Amino acid sequence: MIETAAAIARRVRTGEAKAEIIISHVLEKIAAENESLNAFLHVSSEEALAAARSVDRLVANGEDPGPLAGVPIALKDNIHVQGLPTTCGSKILGDYRAPYDSTVALRLKKAGALIVGKTNLDEFAMGSSTENSAFGPSRNPRDKSRVPGGSSGGSAAAVAAGLVPLALGSDTGGSIRQPASFCGVVGLKPTYGSVSRYGLTAFGSSLDQIGPLAQTVEDAELCWRVIAGHDPRDSTSAPGAPPEAEEGGVAGLTVGLPEEYFQEGLDPAVETIVRNAVEGLQKRGANVKKISLPHTRFSLSVYYIIAPCEASSNLSRFDGVRFGHRASQSAALESLYANSRGEGFGAEVKRRIMLGTYALSAGYYDAYYRKAQRVRSLIKKDFDRAFAEVDVIATPTAPTTAFKLGEKTKDPLMMYLSDVYTLSCNLAGHAGISVPCGNAPDGLPVGLQLMAAAGREPTLFRAARAVGTPS
Amino acid sequence: MSGTWELVIGLETHVQLATRSKLFCPCPVLFGSEANTSICPVCSGQPGSLPVLNRRAIELAFRGGLALECRLVERSIFARKNYFYPDLPKGYQISQYDRPFAEDGTLKTDEGPVRIERVHLEEDAGKLVHEAGFSGVDLGRAGTPLIEIVTRPEIVSPEQAIAYLTRLKATMQYCGVSNCDMEKGELRCDANVSIRRPGDPLGTKVEVKNLNSFKAVKDSIVYEFSRQRRALEANEKLFQETRLWDTDAGRTRTMRVKEAEHDYRYFPDPDLVPLEATEKWLYSIRANLPELPGARRDRFMSKLGLTAYDADVLVAEKPLADYFEEVLVGAGKESAKTASNWIQSELLGKLNETGISVDESPVTAAQTAELLGLVASGRISGKIAKEVFTKMWDCGRSPAALVSELGLAQVSDKGQVGVWVDQAIAENPKAVEDMKAGNGKAIGALVGSVMKKSKGKANPGLVNQLIQEKIA
Repeated sequence: MIETAAAIARRVRTGEAKAEIIISHVLEKIAAENESLNAFLHVSSEEALAAARSVDRLVANGEDPGPLAGVPIALKDNIHVQGLPTTCGSKILGDYRAPYDSTVALRLKKAGALIVGKTNLDEFAMGSSTENSAFGPSRNPRDKSRVPGGSSGGSAAAVAAGLVPLALGSDTGGSIRQPASFCGVVGLKPTYGSVSRYGLTAFGSSLDQIGPLAQTVEDAELCWRVIAGHDPRDSTSAPGAPPEAEEGGVAGLTVGLPEEYFQEGLDPAVETIVRNAVEGLQKRGANVKKISLPHTRFSLSVYYIIAPCEASSNLSRFDGVRFGHRASQSAALESLYANSRGEGFGAEVKRRIMLGTYALSAGYYDAYYRKAQRVRSLIKKDFDRAFAEVDVIATPTAPTTAFKLGEKTKDPLMMYLSDVYTLSCNLAGHAGISVPCGNAPDGLPVGLQLMAAAGREPTLFRAARAVGTPS
Repeated sequence: MSGTWELVIGLETHVQLATRSKLFCPCPVLFGSEANTSICPVCSGQPGSLPVLNRRAIELAFRGGLALECRLVERSIFARKNYFYPDLPKGYQISQYDRPFAEDGTLKTDEGPVRIERVHLEEDAGKLVHEAGFSGVDLGRAGTPLIEIVTRPEIVSPEQAIAYLTRLKATMQYCGVSNCDMEKGELRCDANVSIRRPGDPLGTKVEVKNLNSFKAVKDSIVYEFSRQRRALEANEKLFQETRLWDTDAGRTRTMRVKEAEHDYRYFPDPDLVPLEATEKWLYSIRANLPELPGARRDRFMSKLGLTAYDADVLVAEKPLADYFEEVLVGAGKESAKTASNWIQSELLGKLNETGISVDESPVTAAQTAELLGLVASGRISGKIAKEVFTKMWDCGRSPAALVSELGLAQVSDKGQVGVWVDQAIAENPKAVEDMKAGNGKAIGALVGSVMKKSKGKANPGLVNQLIQEKIA
């Protein structure tokens, strides 16, 4: 383990610890352990050291170094940091380097955080195991024969291995929460619009959110407060600053338990641990209430239409013309496109581009895209009804614990089912968090997913802090 | 089987909005600058970049929609038009599809009203630059705001098409929506052309592109009419296709047939929220709409007594009509007719000759007014005025100063003019004879002779009067 972000920031801000020394230890540890984990695709040692020195200078001068002063943080490699590579886990970006800072990177830098590198992911965040990375899979620090989950597997592994106290991931259908669950860390998918998407390579634009992976709920909240808040460069960004923190525990909150999330397909060991965790919340004063989210069963189908539709358009810019990989033998324009994209994209990305292109085609649009949007609004209505009665909803984050490398790569549908409990939260735009709530008999971590209505992260944190704490 | 055919034309016109910055990013809109100098992560389609709508562009677009008497849609939607081309950096164009911002308008023209089906807002693409051995992409223009104005397929003649475009251009210029400089590509037009027998349903249409001037629009329609008529009269089948106008060859050529056309896979752009036309905002835009060309034309006719033809010429270019009205400020409304004639013959003549625009005219409207005042007061003749105008054009000085400096003032002194008249009578016995024989036209030779002697300065009224007196 590594010190929490809150503890590091506290010590650096008071001058008790030097950011430069902290970052040096972190860089050493990454150098020693990354080879077996493949969590980092790029380590920005020099930039991180320079940032650490500037934090130390600010402290020495008596200036405010920011709320994340000296805190090492890793960013998923689909989020831009100016001057560093952005690969998106794909060959198609070639040697692309980000020409500008994402809004989250800017805010982290301003808050004194030290960006130590870029983490591995399923290509363009499409996957649930990090096995779709063009640069090899990451491994789960809890059992290196297993996947860390995905698509933010590198970020989850980096935090779980204690290489960094914080990492950013992106979550389109569970890509922060599922790996958090698999690796035994906390993972937050904020409300849609809460964190700016500017500088995040788009996958499913109406679903994508950037969020933190951390060792504790407190750290996740600390990081979220730095990166959240209105950004004029993202038209879907919510107005205003993030909502005020809420004090207190789970006592008095109503926790909804949707029956549809505890049915066939859920590993009994996972179910037992999740139900125990919910009982724990009840013991600490929460009211637990059975609820129903009847349209949840359509989430997977709806998601696998909307996300690929948006992706098929979002990924059109990777055409070999302005940046990234360009096929060498292309006599004509058509072949330049076909060859560059054919060589650059991996199998899962191609599958989703084809799915989305098909679903948006003339004659199919109404049957697929339009219908999926209609069902999406029914799923949203389910949540609206539920949140009229309960403060948070509790479910398993994933139906199983971390699976073995290669176990599901042959069967895309089995892989897709890994996100079955997390998709609806993105479709409805609400906030969700995965909190470790125990270990299965085989020793692998299990995550409890908590969801709160859009804009109610403070309530979500209140409930999440109570998970696993003594009653 | 010959006989009557009806022409059916629909026009799709792209008008570039006169904003300082692009539609979705702060890059300045520049013309003719070095390639790729005005670009950023957004308009060059970098991963992770996001569009943010330019508020000024919406305002101008709404203004244009209102000027075309459209109904503004309360919540219009931006859609992505997906296709691959090197000048399209994102692989899709942000446009509007099934929910455009304005619908159902009308534009009155000199050839009758033309109904507008829709107006939508979209971003321009970049352009390809072909050089020896390679092609480059210039994204300087990518993201420039455009509105596309689509008429119903109800235009019936090339003349009406031109009248529509002329009035559209003037209307857009009047409300400051666009400068509509065709040479800079600020106004671009495609024509959908088909023909049919009277009373029949619409025929197979052809979309004609690459129309770089109003003349090209007119010529291509005329060409398509005869091409389609010949084909149908020979019982050939027409294909729905896109054709390119070749100005040099004076004909259209097939670019692509319908089967080969793109499936653009339009869908709502998830990066943008719906465009809201709130009543309050529309009210203020409507309240600030300037007088439109149609109204100005009517006013020129009813209040200033201009003919329809004169009013049309002046109104077609806003700066020209503005110049005209400025001249009247100095010269008075009663000189409207004179001012209109002067502007159309002298000013436009000089402008065409030198290839500059009204705004750049070295002779200001106030100076023209002063010049016309000199004519009206009898200080100089109309002929001398033209001479003075040329001098003003070259040196930019005031007419009064030039007149006195060059001694060009009209001579109205009876004694001096009488001397010239006596000489003319002595030198032209034949003309005198003719006049006496009752041929009134013969006076012209005598007047001409006096003018020559006086270097054009003799007061023509006085010259006429004295000749009549002396010969009678």
